[in-house]
Amino acid sequence: MIRKQIALAVALGMAGLTAQAAATRDYISIVGSSTVYPFATVVAENFGKTTKFNTPKVESTGSGGGLKLFCAGVGVEHPDITNASRAIKSSEVESCAKNGVKEIVEMKIGYDGIVMANSSSAEPYSLTTKDIFLALAKMVPGPDGKLIDNPNKTWKDVNPELQNATIEVLGPPPTSGTRDAFVELAMEGGAKAFPDLKTLRGLERGSDELKAMMKKLGIPMSIWTAYEEKKGKAPSGKDIFKVVAHGVREDGYYIEAGENDNLIVQKLEKNPAALGIFGFSFLDQNSDKVQGSHINDTEPTFDAIADGSYPVSRSLYFYVKKAHVGTIPGIQEYLNEFSSEKAWGDMGYLTDRGLIPMPKTERMKFREDAMNLNPMSK
Amino acid sequence: MNNPDTNKPRTIDLVNQSLARRYARERRFRRLGLAAITAGLLFVSFLFISIFAKGYTAFWQTEIQLRITFDEQMIDPSGERDPEVLGFADYNILVKTALMERFPDVRKRGDRRDLFGLVSTGASLQLREIVMADPAVIGTTQTLWLTADDDIDMLVKGHIDRERDESERRVNDKVIAWVDALEADGALGSSFNINFFSHGDSRDPEQAGIAGAVMGSFYTLIVTLLLSFPIGVASAVYLEEFAPKNKWTDIIEVNINNLAAVPSIVFGLLGLAVFINFFELPRSAPIVGGLVLTLMTLPTIIIASRAALKSVPPSIREAALGVGASKMQATTHHVVPLALPGMLTGTIIGMAQALGESAPLLMIGMVAFIVDIPQGAFDPSTVLPVQIYLWADSPERAFVERTSAAILVLLAFLLTMNLLAVILRKKFERRW
Repeated sequence: MIRKQIALAVALGMAGLTAQAAATRDYISIVGSSTVYPFATVVAENFGKTTKFNTPKVESTGSGGGLKLFCAGVGVEHPDITNASRAIKSSEVESCAKNGVKEIVEMKIGYDGIVMANSSSAEPYSLTTKDIFLALAKMVPGPDGKLIDNPNKTWKDVNPELQNATIEVLGPPPTSGTRDAFVELAMEGGAKAFPDLKTLRGLERGSDELKAMMKKLGIPMSIWTAYEEKKGKAPSGKDIFKVVAHGVREDGYYIEAGENDNLIVQKLEKNPAALGIFGFSFLDQNSDKVQGSHINDTEPTFDAIADGSYPVSRSLYFYVKKAHVGTIPGIQEYLNEFSSEKAWGDMGYLTDRGLIPMPKTERMKFREDAMNLNPMSK
Repeated sequence: MNNPDTNKPRTIDLVNQSLARRYARERRFRRLGLAAITAGLLFVSFLFISIFAKGYTAFWQTEIQLRITFDEQMIDPSGERDPEVLGFADYNILVKTALMERFPDVRKRGDRRDLFGLVSTGASLQLREIVMADPAVIGTTQTLWLTADDDIDMLVKGHIDRERDESERRVNDKVIAWVDALEADGALGSSFNINFFSHGDSRDPEQAGIAGAVMGSFYTLIVTLLLSFPIGVASAVYLEEFAPKNKWTDIIEVNINNLAAVPSIVFGLLGLAVFINFFELPRSAPIVGGLVLTLMTLPTIIIASRAALKSVPPSIREAALGVGASKMQATTHHVVPLALPGMLTGTIIGMAQALGESAPLLMIGMVAFIVDIPQGAFDPSTVLPVQIYLWADSPERAFVERTSAAILVLLAFLLTMNLLAVILRKKFERRW
């Protein structure tokens, strides 16, 4: 405390500015995912306009970064709410608890689809998750079933029914939540289409069968030892499977185009031969410029994502620090605004921004959690 | 001179022989220089033209003229004109009623939704301001220009292609028909986009403005200036005039030069660790931003100030000392005032650098959505370059032109500051 006072006194003395002490905070502080940011900011703005409370401050830090800040402790200097484009991990719950952040309210807000799109001036693609895996994975099963470096150069190499065009996919870098979700949903789904890889996934931790299967698939044992060194235990079949399925090729066919989805849309417009990976809301806003590829015969539409038939979609969340409700004004009311039908309902203003709402029963459940501040049990 | 070897050419012949080649070489060198400058200018003008071409339309905002009936029953049924009641009345209803009166044929629920979408959600705030300013309008009918929705704005500005198939654009055929009907009536206009300069950030492009970011930049720069100018000048004066020349001052000098070359993101990390985590200053506040940018601009100011002090001739110091001034008097009365224009120039250039900086501010939480315009250095705020970054990443089409417009404003500020530095140097600098 004394440090803070010295710092404040020094800063004030030198800067000669009037200021209120930072010991209290009269606005909600929100951090987290850049995917949830467009939705959280709309709610924050509406909340600020229609209530007597200040407009919450929403920072875009990424899901992981947001949870790190959120779990740093209880008190006005720590954020009250963090947005996430994935569920909180058990390791994060532990680190939260270690810092005294015990009661966390989990709120699911809806779904976001990840689309593969190309310029509207080109022929649309119809892909399966298997095609996507074969086109973008670093290692794919070769003719003898052993994994080899991905030899596919055109979509026709991947699947004879597809266009005879060079594979050129613009996508987000590994730091992005969109990338995480994409590899998890599309690439893993594609990898599971290979029986050997599917078997590999089900094998037990550290078992001899796993070693045998790795040998059969030609997966180097260095992956095993690297995992052991990092985690201090032998890997399970699922861990090895993930390394294989999540590996994106680095030989120029997959191009990391940065986190800015607008940039990818612009590039697609200029280059009709390329495909891009980004969030559904950008497809929705730019439907005159780009078209979404069908994945497993399903077009990325609002309804297909809402009913779960479109395979590459994920849930979006935010987490609330229960200890701050009451000390920071307006948290309860913010939850009320977010979970109201006019916000996240079927016709709510969030759907105008590209959020895909949950089914009514699920909305009711999460609204009840929000109203009673039921902490999650993990 | 008796030169027996007549075969040996004379020096002057050699020179004459090579002259043409030397001239040609000089011409080539000049052309190369000219080409380099042309290329540079070309790039700069390309940058300016493309930003300007994309951004200038954002300074105008499409508006729709509607006849608004300020119904007393809707706004203030009690008739007491209590500001609290007036503030919380539902002005949206007035806009909706006016739109339904203008287009009485629209009956279906879905169509009405589209119809209400013609006007910005901020229109109700416009009406609220009108009533709050002058409650006498209640009960009257006024013809007013209301801000149009961003999709309509984009359509009118030609950023949405009408030729495309209906399913492939954001605005459907019905809405286009309504917009055309309004235009035929002369009820569609555009005016200077005041919102862009008076509002904070918003998720509705037509309501979004740079006022919050400009104020954030202002407070941040004030903190930076108040800290870095005195510290920078004091260190420069000490190092140049008072410090003994030994290996310690050499080390300090090398370090200052090194600091000037440190990537700015490093200062952001330092700010996060020291000011936020250790001193527990608030995140996202201009005070922390200012402190971080102070670290970044200090080397620039120190180096410029030392150069300015060095350029003051020693005779000035010696003359002052000769007439009995103390070392400090010689410095404060003579040397520093003469070096001040150079110091100020360095400071302004450092400030311009700080104004355009965004990387270190990413680390200290200034990449945030902030609607309320900051009122002081401790309020959460963002700065202009960060606002540009945030808008560039927004999905709504109308943010594209606003991003470019914000860049234009930032460039205008930077040019003004650099111009100020040039004028200052031209006007006050003395050469010996």
